[in-house]
Amino acid sequence: MLTNIRPVDERECARVLAEATATHTPITVLGGGSKQHVGRPMNTAANISTKGLRGVTLYEPSEMVMSARAGTPLEQIEDALAARGQMLAFEPIELAMLNGGEANQGTVAGMFAANLAGARRIRVGAPRDHLLGVRGVNGRGEIFKSGGRVMKNVTGYDLCRGLAGSWGTLAVMSEVTFKVVPAPEDTATLILLGLPDEIAVEVLCAAMATPYEVSGAVHLQPQIVARLWHEGLRRQGQALTALRIENFAKSVAYRSGKLKDHLKAYGEIHDLDRENSLAFWGELRQLSVLQGSDAPLWRISTPPSAGPKVVSAIAAYMESRAFYDWSGGLVWIEVLSTTDAGAADIRRVIATHGGHATLIRAEPQVRSAVEVFQPLEAGLQKLTRKIKAAFDPAGILNPGRMYANH
Amino acid sequence: MSHVALPEPDAAIVARRDTIVEDLRRLIGPAAVIGDEDGRRAYETDALTAYRRMPLAVVLPGSTEEVSRVLAYCHQNNIKVVARGAGTSLSGGALPTEDAVVVGVSRMSRVLEVDYVNRIARVEVGITNLGISEAVKARDFFYAPDPSSQLACTLAGNIGMNSGGAHCLKYGVTTNNVLGLKMVLMDGEIVEIGGAHLDSPGYDLLGLVIGSEGQLGIATEATVRILRAAEGARPMLLGFDSSEAAGQCVSAIIGAGIIPVAIEFMDRPAIHVCEAFAKAGYPMEVEALLIIEVEGSNEEMTDLLAVITEIAKPFAPKAIRVSQSAEQSAAIWKGRKAAFGAIGRISDYYCMDGVIPLGKLGEVLVAIAHICDRAGLRVANIFHAGDGNLHPLILYDANKPDEADRAEKAGAEVLELCVAAGGCLTGEHGVGIEKRDLMRVQFNETDLTLQMRIKTVFDPKWLLNPAKVFPLDGRTAAALEAA
Repeated sequence: MLTNIRPVDERECARVLAEATATHTPITVLGGGSKQHVGRPMNTAANISTKGLRGVTLYEPSEMVMSARAGTPLEQIEDALAARGQMLAFEPIELAMLNGGEANQGTVAGMFAANLAGARRIRVGAPRDHLLGVRGVNGRGEIFKSGGRVMKNVTGYDLCRGLAGSWGTLAVMSEVTFKVVPAPEDTATLILLGLPDEIAVEVLCAAMATPYEVSGAVHLQPQIVARLWHEGLRRQGQALTALRIENFAKSVAYRSGKLKDHLKAYGEIHDLDRENSLAFWGELRQLSVLQGSDAPLWRISTPPSAGPKVVSAIAAYMESRAFYDWSGGLVWIEVLSTTDAGAADIRRVIATHGGHATLIRAEPQVRSAVEVFQPLEAGLQKLTRKIKAAFDPAGILNPGRMYANH
Repeated sequence: MSHVALPEPDAAIVARRDTIVEDLRRLIGPAAVIGDEDGRRAYETDALTAYRRMPLAVVLPGSTEEVSRVLAYCHQNNIKVVARGAGTSLSGGALPTEDAVVVGVSRMSRVLEVDYVNRIARVEVGITNLGISEAVKARDFFYAPDPSSQLACTLAGNIGMNSGGAHCLKYGVTTNNVLGLKMVLMDGEIVEIGGAHLDSPGYDLLGLVIGSEGQLGIATEATVRILRAAEGARPMLLGFDSSEAAGQCVSAIIGAGIIPVAIEFMDRPAIHVCEAFAKAGYPMEVEALLIIEVEGSNEEMTDLLAVITEIAKPFAPKAIRVSQSAEQSAAIWKGRKAAFGAIGRISDYYCMDGVIPLGKLGEVLVAIAHICDRAGLRVANIFHAGDGNLHPLILYDANKPDEADRAEKAGAEVLELCVAAGGCLTGEHGVGIEKRDLMRVQFNETDLTLQMRIKTVFDPKWLLNPAKVFPLDGRTAAALEAA
């Protein structure tokens, strides 16, 4: 029978996992459940949730560091930071609404376990780049720590980063410590309209190669623009290319001007003021333009200049619509493919152009039948299996979520 | 200084030295193998020169495939291997053992590809850190991590130690700037991790490998991020009556939402030695000095430095100097950059590398002064204030053997103090042999066992970079069990 376990402290969590290992009981690891539809469907006997582990345990704004228990709602973290004029640099994205879920269900440890960054990733890095320390319990029921609370730390192996992006398959995190940054005083956005994908990505890459510290570089195909919540932008009815500048107000004005001048050959450039900029980038963080559809959705990371090639190669196989983030290097692509969510063709395209693809949204039977995460080459697959066994020898934590055989 | 024990070499391996050298020559050619004693002596130590061991043999492969052949051979024959970049490790990370083959990557130093559109460079890891920036300088790009030894140190060593530098407050350390690696595992298998795209599929193997001190494999090629340089950079100097005031000023700057590209701190002894050497024009009457550098256009930098000057006022700075020219900027940095050399001219010194929370700076410096007083030794402190990385330089006279011992013991006490203050043993130099036996100050047995299990995953026979990172008596059966 399925049971729901909600430990109130690390020790209880350790007892539960030690027993599960002894009895070979597979367990689903959950934070707020906002990403539970990502990965291969699992057949487990129990759920363990971190929601009983809550609260910010350390916040030193002047040292740009915060610690929080694993199940602390992300919303609470971001509110606490905003109250002191700070933020998470990497703009964590929200996945829940892609599957019809509610907003603001995510936890802080879930964010690191998935390692999914938003638009600012190109300038500041991913969640894994900001994770300083982790406490947790591995599959053996052992309580461990790695890293610490200081910005620089090369003492021993970097297990923190090993846990980032492991989707709850190695350990249940109990507390995380991470770097935070000052929120920018001002934000502005430059918009170009109607560019074909290839030219748009050229614009994004040209902007990234300037000294003006562009912190968002996206391109939306027309069908994607039609789903924007921002009415004024939606009404444009054509492809939209956007660049964000964040800084002190005076610098934003100066840098926007310089950047416009630099890119003027590509056509008319429109400005979004601070308020409209915040609305636009805010809805992208929630993946507004990918909601309200149940078409299979892929998230592909590739070199930026390969982005449009990947998209047009996929479009040759199936009907699709794409949203480019990360200067063209992150492609969110919805496909209308009736059989395998287009997996076979998409994997072939990735093999040609480089990078990796994850199936973020699809029916459970599809996610059972195809590889959801990028299949690994034999050497890396072997290491991956051994790392899993080092943390979780009985294979009780989210078994089969990332890869079928472990 | 030689408190750290090194294990007895494997006599059977040492006895087979001539055969092994012959075998290696057959594998990768005679010119790439150094077997004679004079040749090997150049590799007997690194920048932690108190420790020296003659390696069994030295190989200098020219390709990934040659590295693979050497490792596969050593794996089959149970021969230990020590990877080496430029040998600039301050923690003994590249120290050989008498029964180990040194694999130097210095011949593999080519730039393979520069892609300005995707902002990456693919290089062989024997390239120097500065060599990467030099290769992309003409287009105003650079490779961000900038350890002080960047003229000499290799990317290979930076990957091993996850090196940082003065500018990592803004740009991050090695692990934040490497996107892909080609790496040879101990059994000779070649794997590619990551690439020209962002974030890995699957577990973050890059994150595990970077900073693993050459114990998980030998990287041969890397794809690194290159960044467009800012329009300009300009430093200012601020002098204070106390270290506490300087620390509080740094807190206030960051609290105001400003992240300078560098914030360097020097205490009075460091200021005096650097000024005597570099004639940088530092104020001599202050207890603490901050060098704060910002980036941007001329106007942006002028504005930002004016704001910082305002923020500093409540902390009663005794000296404020904003650079007005490239010459003045160079002068301000000259003293700081010369610090290690300048102190080395007046004394032998032992350079520590702890990290502390910024808010503890004042009390930690007082405690360090007490520790060194008790040991009868002088100390000068250099601090990357923005990220909490503290370098106390404990001065001693190498001709008095008890002084060297006292310095090493005082150093260990300083590091224990850093951990107790909420920090860690090492911010950028790595554990190596130097801090190996202090690991239990920071980690318990479970923490260490988990790390050692990862070691076993990559290198089941524990042949790579032996006797480093983990206490020698700590290799529990749990850590060594076949994964």
